[in-house]
Amino acid sequence: MSKKWTVLAVPVISVLLGLLAGAVIMLVSGNNPAAGYMALWNGAFGDTFYTGETLRQMTPYIFAGLAVAFAFRTGLFNIGVEGQLLVGWLASVWVGVAFTDLPKVIHLPMAIGAGALAGALWGFIPGFLKARLRVHEVIVTIMMNYTALHVTNHFIRNVISDGSDATDVVNETASLRSPFLENITDFSSLHNGLYLAVLAAIIMWFLLEKTTLGYELRAVGYNQHASEYAGMNVNRNIVLSMVISGAFAGIGGSMQGLGTFGNMFINSGFSGIGFDGIAVALLGGNTAIGVVLAALLFGALKVGSLNMPIESGVPNELVEIVIALIIFFVASSYMITWLLSRFKKKEAK
Amino acid sequence: MEKRKFGFAMSVVLAAGTILGACGGGAEEETTDNAGGSGEETDKFTVAMVTDVGGVDDKSFNQSAWEGLQAFGEENGLEKGTDGFDYIQSKSDADYKTNLNTAVRNEFDLTYGIGYKLKPAIEEVAKQRTESKFAIVDDVVEGLDNVTSITFKEHEGSFLVGVVAGLQTTTNKIGFIGGIESDLINKFAGGFEAGVKAVNPDADVTIEFAGAFDKADKGQQMASAMYSSGIDIIYHAAGGTGNGVFAEAKSLKETDPEKEVWVIGVDRDQVEEGKVTVNGEEMNVTLTSMVKRVDLAVQDVATKAMNDEFPGGEVIEYGLEADGVSIAPSQDNLSEESIAAVEEWTEKIKNGEVEVPTAPSGN
Repeated sequence: MSKKWTVLAVPVISVLLGLLAGAVIMLVSGNNPAAGYMALWNGAFGDTFYTGETLRQMTPYIFAGLAVAFAFRTGLFNIGVEGQLLVGWLASVWVGVAFTDLPKVIHLPMAIGAGALAGALWGFIPGFLKARLRVHEVIVTIMMNYTALHVTNHFIRNVISDGSDATDVVNETASLRSPFLENITDFSSLHNGLYLAVLAAIIMWFLLEKTTLGYELRAVGYNQHASEYAGMNVNRNIVLSMVISGAFAGIGGSMQGLGTFGNMFINSGFSGIGFDGIAVALLGGNTAIGVVLAALLFGALKVGSLNMPIESGVPNELVEIVIALIIFFVASSYMITWLLSRFKKKEAK
Repeated sequence: MEKRKFGFAMSVVLAAGTILGACGGGAEEETTDNAGGSGEETDKFTVAMVTDVGGVDDKSFNQSAWEGLQAFGEENGLEKGTDGFDYIQSKSDADYKTNLNTAVRNEFDLTYGIGYKLKPAIEEVAKQRTESKFAIVDDVVEGLDNVTSITFKEHEGSFLVGVVAGLQTTTNKIGFIGGIESDLINKFAGGFEAGVKAVNPDADVTIEFAGAFDKADKGQQMASAMYSSGIDIIYHAAGGTGNGVFAEAKSLKETDPEKEVWVIGVDRDQVEEGKVTVNGEEMNVTLTSMVKRVDLAVQDVATKAMNDEFPGGEVIEYGLEADGVSIAPSQDNLSEESIAAVEEWTEKIKNGEVEVPTAPSGN
């Protein structure tokens, strides 16, 4: 019980400390912290439009966070979420553009499935190399990020489109766009992917906590040698974990391709969603519910920050600093738990 | 013991709740304030711009548009802010729609989208917000009465700097570095190449694309390869990537002040970017610049909109005639021959004697 509360306290305190430090920075740089955070709040939840945008931004963050968290529970550090997301984005847009006569019930799942499959493939390669040749997955996934970036750019320019820098918009039958959600949020770009994201979080929780497979994956994460001794196939579990992680990331890309943008364009650099996913998973303690909450926070910070300069004159880079500090505090969770235990001791006296 | 921890955690949650609650309350006040404020100032014409990911300090395109807005504000006694003129910066491609909507929500009379990357976002938002006026710079949005499209004849301006490059090269090798290959950037490349060939048919023009508008390091690498292959003049149409071209030219100049390396700037008069001090002597690697008067265009359309003459649904193309594109006023590094040639070709283009191509001959 007490351990559970510490697990919860660390991220909450980290967020508060991060915001507090942000306030100090605003104060020192001659801005009004209250006005700054008010603008942030207004820009994230100020009215239904901004709430819609925040939830829209949260959707791919959930998938990216789940992808990182899932691999992490098996003891693997998947830095390649960004790349898996890009190939997933490309694959689902491609399917969305290529087929024209399919009914929505077939086309949409097919497009999302293509995204998952592409992401899974991109995750399979580092998983396989790790299992077979003990090549460290961090190295391979980082390299595969760049490969994904340039491969997708090549496909957009030369294969899917005719030398243009963006693909066509996906057909209506493959689109996640929801007139209903757009209406209730005053034309925000919130789309049906939101439901999928919540569903994915539930699936991850169920898979890890309630199935034999999940038990084995977690066991491998805790101790590979003990798992092997207990008769589990460690290599198989490593590959499987990376494949599932990659599939989550790939669907995150589908959210961008079929929902937010409706197409894919030449990316001159990484979208950043995959890397933010690492922070989301870290802040969420690698649990499904934690990832959803952390993704909501990140979505709110990112979308809300856009409103800060125009409403309060606070540069929106400040939010980047706050995010960095939150991650710093979570990463140094030992410090917080130590402080908590001191706090407890003093009270006990 | 455990109860105490639970209590502590609860108090943390409650504290968070209180803070967030306070924010929520503030939000309501703020909106009523805003409504009151804009109610008083309905007669003022307000205008905003949404940048692409380059930001207002990109030393090029977005900055030029912002300068135009500032000039417009000064002319009409407006102040920066939501009841005057302001900018909203985009940090990623997903932000365009959010930012355009923020502009609409702050009741700006006219909202600019700067750059072709905002085209899909403007199209969509303009369909939803038919009461608001928009203008897109550098691309064409068709069929919407509340959107004006502002484009430039970049090929004409590029032709002029091509004439300069063709006359002033000593190696007969000239380079072009573009951002992302597209119809727009091909206009720069095509005009430039035609200008070079018009005065110096023997010169070689190497055309390359960096694949990004915000990668100065990539620009520097490409410039380094070009200069070492004997190219002495590079024209860049690459936004922030072009800053790397300047960096490379300046560092070459610093190691060997005798070496002939030149950069042709783009969008703004980039003479400032080319300044370098070698052994106490001030030098400049900026040969000239192709100036694209985004600022004039932005000012022009804003003025029209203010006078209820908003050219909705129209495509306005700014060319040499209206000074929409031109060669930079800083001409210290130009030979007299090239200044004369530029004047001559300007006339030829204006009276239609020369048709400038909008894509390189290779394509």
